[in-house]
Amino acid sequence: MIEIAARQSQLEQAVSKLTGLTLTILIFGALVAIAFALSERTGERVQRFLKYVIFLAPALIFLFIGLVAPAFRTLYLSFRDARGNESVGWENYQWAFTQPEILDVLRNTGVWMIVAPIASTGFGLLIAVLTDRMRRPGLVKSLIFMPMAISFVGAGIIWKFVYQFEPNERAPEIGLLSQVAEWFGFVPTNWLLVNPLNTFLLIVVFVWIQTGFAMVVLSAAIKAIPDEILEASMLDGASGWKRFSRVTVPMIRGTIIVVLSTITIGALKVFDIIRTMTGGNFKTSVIANEMYNQSFRALNYGTGSALAIILFLGVLPLVAYNVVNLRRERSER
Amino acid sequence: MARKLRKRDVEVVKTHLSSPWASFTAIVIATLWTIPTFGLFVTSFRPSTGINSSGWWTVFTNPEFTFTNYTRVLFEGRGATPPLSQYFLNTFAIVIPSTIIPITIAIFAAYAIAWFNFKGRNFLFFTIFALQVIPLQMSLIPLLQLFSGGLHIGSFTVIPSFGITGTFIPIWLAHTMFGLPLAIFLLHNFIAQLPRELIEAARVDGADHFKLFRQIILPLSVPAIASFAIFQFLWTWNDLLVALTFGGGKRELAEMTGTRGGDWELLTAGAFVSILVPVAVFFALQRYFVRGLLAGSVKG
Repeated sequence: MIEIAARQSQLEQAVSKLTGLTLTILIFGALVAIAFALSERTGERVQRFLKYVIFLAPALIFLFIGLVAPAFRTLYLSFRDARGNESVGWENYQWAFTQPEILDVLRNTGVWMIVAPIASTGFGLLIAVLTDRMRRPGLVKSLIFMPMAISFVGAGIIWKFVYQFEPNERAPEIGLLSQVAEWFGFVPTNWLLVNPLNTFLLIVVFVWIQTGFAMVVLSAAIKAIPDEILEASMLDGASGWKRFSRVTVPMIRGTIIVVLSTITIGALKVFDIIRTMTGGNFKTSVIANEMYNQSFRALNYGTGSALAIILFLGVLPLVAYNVVNLRRERSER
Repeated sequence: MARKLRKRDVEVVKTHLSSPWASFTAIVIATLWTIPTFGLFVTSFRPSTGINSSGWWTVFTNPEFTFTNYTRVLFEGRGATPPLSQYFLNTFAIVIPSTIIPITIAIFAAYAIAWFNFKGRNFLFFTIFALQVIPLQMSLIPLLQLFSGGLHIGSFTVIPSFGITGTFIPIWLAHTMFGLPLAIFLLHNFIAQLPRELIEAARVDGADHFKLFRQIILPLSVPAIASFAIFQFLWTWNDLLVALTFGGGKRELAEMTGTRGGDWELLTAGAFVSILVPVAVFFALQRYFVRGLLAGSVKG
């Protein structure tokens, strides 16, 4: 009886959610349509002004409320106490750079920033070069790219299962890594508890995901190298390795840097993998995760905001570099 | 003719150079890459006693499969944890508006920046691109405060609180805001490359910007819109942070891991359900997806 009632309420909930969803989309569509219909009926004079209101204003308002204003507010909060009531000066930053746990967090973030992009880009480049001359690269590329579609959380579960450890010595291992270690004569251990190995094991998950991205972008860049250049180097008798290091890599240098910096930004913000796999315990936490802990677990908006600002300062030079690059490219056009 | 011949020659040289070792290595790497996912897939079909007593690779010698994990995880709740079908619905309710709204707003802005003549156009474009520098994490606390309390300066209310906490609306808005910089950047790259003559001809024919957008820009931009839609769809589908922060009890697929703790049979089946939709979307629309990723990152 109770079960039937529960089922029914579940069904009702589902129906109301779907109706809400459909209504929202319809209302949004109707608003856009009405705005357009009305605007098209106005005179040219009004339109000269109206076009900015309709086309540009919504995006600018959203960007301001969602990104620009919060950035300043976070900066302000980072100099205030836990609830944002009183000014504490540089205390939150001092805390971040003296607390041993937070120093671990900063060090881990540094390791992520260096290892993850280099490994992902390296593997991506390797596969891009290997498949470039393959006759049917489709399946290989799809398989490598597939983790991109899997969520970080899903990937976290997949790899948690790989790293699973069976404490009972007599019971067989169910985690692939433990089993492989056993086959090679090592004694498996609870991998995710071993520091600093565990940070690298988490980076493996990230690299597993990002390699697909690097491969796709680099592969397109390699394809864009004019045939004549490769041909000439072949006639000169350059070996495979020489062609790769002297021709291919220099030709796609710009793309490699874009890929590296994109992945570095991703690595700086990594959150889901750590949350799913270790919860940031066992000295694996990074800034993004610690920032969440401080703000929403410890309920200290001051320290949380300070960590967010530190993260921002880490990303800043990379994006600045990309902006400079982009400017140059656009002025070349 | 000569050119064609040359191209064929290069093709011949290339095939000649396609070393079996390179192909072999590529295939080995691809296989290694797929093993973890394959292990999850196999495990999700095994009975729980089997999962906990032997590795998934033993099924090749000792096959034993079941669908129970899927029916349990999809339709049976446990205590306060609703069944996965509920999460599924929530995820769709979050993802669909979170894809449609930012793309609509972004394509408007992209068109304006690409084709309106106003001062500071370039500056605006670079500023929006640079906004990617602001990590999501920086916006979370202020946005959360805004959604729950509104905005007040002294006793003056600038933005009321609307009472939207606990609904899907904060999540939609947050995804819209965070998705905009990249969306505007990629769509702008596409729209700016449309032929100038086309747009000028339409202007001469008396089409105003609204008509021009509706009749010319929008139809031509469908591929770009599609590729970014896939991107945004996957991104919001896979998101955990925004849902955790703004969800307030609205549960998403991404969140379920914590609640399924150590039960591998449920965890693996649940994980596979949650990755099924994005992977299906990816394989169905792979070409658009890759093209979308490439827009702007590689000079053609």
